[in-house]
Amino acid sequence: MAIALDAPRSTRRKPSRRSNFELQAWLFMRISGLALIVLVLGHLFIMNILDGGVHRINFAFVAGRWSSPFWQFWDLSMLWLAQLHGGNGLRTVINDYARKDATRFWLKMVLYVSMVLIISLGTFVIFTFNPNISN
Amino acid sequence: MASSTTAASAVASGGKLYRGDLGMWSWVAHRITGVATFFFLFAHVLDTALVRVSPNIYDETIATYKNPLVNLMEIGLVGAVLYHALNGIRVMLVDFWSKGPKYQRVMLWATLAIWFAVMVPGAYFMILRTAKTLLGGGH
Repeated sequence: MAIALDAPRSTRRKPSRRSNFELQAWLFMRISGLALIVLVLGHLFIMNILDGGVHRINFAFVAGRWSSPFWQFWDLSMLWLAQLHGGNGLRTVINDYARKDATRFWLKMVLYVSMVLIISLGTFVIFTFNPNISN
Repeated sequence: MASSTTAASAVASGGKLYRGDLGMWSWVAHRITGVATFFFLFAHVLDTALVRVSPNIYDETIATYKNPLVNLMEIGLVGAVLYHALNGIRVMLVDFWSKGPKYQRVMLWATLAIWFAVMVPGAYFMILRTAKTLLGGGH
């Protein structure tokens, strides 16, 4: 009597249940990094070097920039990508250096809370900015 | 030939081809500049959020960035971000370009050369107004 056994590498084998998260995070660092090179270096050039740099920045300057959807979208993309890119970088650093599981867990909780806070606050400010707000 | 040279240098360095080598320091610098930039970003989103509170409070806070000492720190920030960006390109070339690993050391020197070529004029324009004000009244 033949025993029913799957052939090796049979197509009926269940796909691996291991998560691809770390691979996707690795790929995200490269794709977001490429976008951030343009977004962040452009931002730093405009804000710190061009035309007097930081000395010309004030409320009116910000209001002028955010009157354009182009710069709103630029800043919004930069905020999200930089937080996710930097957050994932810090997650890696915490995983590497934290010695106790509890330390690792709580440092990452602090990191995740700060990421949610900064992304939410920044997004809220860009979407609800009012150039005619009173002093 | 090449493999025996690699094997010989591996023996000479006590089996540590990576540790202590230039590639390790580029990685250390990548981590430090990345973490520093992330902490700055936290503060920077908070200070920018003040535009939602009041124009006066925002302008008073932003005046901090125009202080000579903070001005120097901004040059440090731009230098850190620029290194992270250039070395990031190098990391991507090592990962995705077939000849990347072979040229990783040359690319590190290129990274540092571009960094200096951008930072010298960049720092000049960033400090110009502060230097004028400090040295001779200015505006």
